[in-house]
Amino acid sequence: MAENQLNPNSWVDNYADYLFNYAIGKVSDVETAKDLVSETFLAGLKSAKNFKGEAAERTWLIAILKRKVIDYYRKSNSKKGKAEVRMSSNSYAEDQGDWLEEKVADPYGNLGSDSIENEELGLALQVCIDKLPRKQSQVFTMKTIQGISTEEICNELDINPSNLWVMVHRARTTLMECLNKNWFNS
Amino acid sequence: MISCEKAADICTRAQYNEATSMEKLKLRFHIIFCKICAEYTKQNKKLTSLCNKARLHSLSEREKAKMRETIRKLG
Repeated sequence: MAENQLNPNSWVDNYADYLFNYAIGKVSDVETAKDLVSETFLAGLKSAKNFKGEAAERTWLIAILKRKVIDYYRKSNSKKGKAEVRMSSNSYAEDQGDWLEEKVADPYGNLGSDSIENEELGLALQVCIDKLPRKQSQVFTMKTIQGISTEEICNELDINPSNLWVMVHRARTTLMECLNKNWFNS
Repeated sequence: MISCEKAADICTRAQYNEATSMEKLKLRFHIIFCKICAEYTKQNKKLTSLCNKARLHSLSEREKAKMRETIRKLG
């Protein structure tokens, strides 16, 4: 029962920003996150023939991205592993506790529960943005997330300011409803 | 008094600091009497603070175009 299908040509429009934000939450480096998103799409194309249609497209792509994140940490840990141990044994020589465990790189180590909640909020918001009509999500994203000036957006998209504000207004109204449904009630 | 449509327009622009003081004054006056716009304004402010808290990132159009092109070639 293959209900779900892959549409690689709409991956970027539908999921790029979601995957990008997910990756930033895991690796906290914008350039690395960009690379991980590109790699995810390429790996997705390669294994598209193995897609059975059991998972939703987004879930399937996130599963690929998760593996890419793990690979990334595996690589970076094997590179600097030695240096870390040496440093740790100096500063923790007197420590009888499980210093090694405490020192092992933990991607969430520097995140309080607040930042984890904000990260989840961000992803919930991104899902809502991705559901907007394409033009609305584009204008909202440029204005709100990229912080581009009204004038510049109007030039780039060839619209006038009142068009822009109508689209932003509609986008925001839909987003409020979407967040009320998916974020505040969950 | 300004219309609800005008009030919503000012309210939206105010979220991006692009409403004038005069406009904001008119909006404030409007929502004293209009429960619907008062609620809308409250929700809109909340969305602004959520967006700030979420600290979302977004790939630029150029980066997205590059990815689309790669996928199109290989797909």
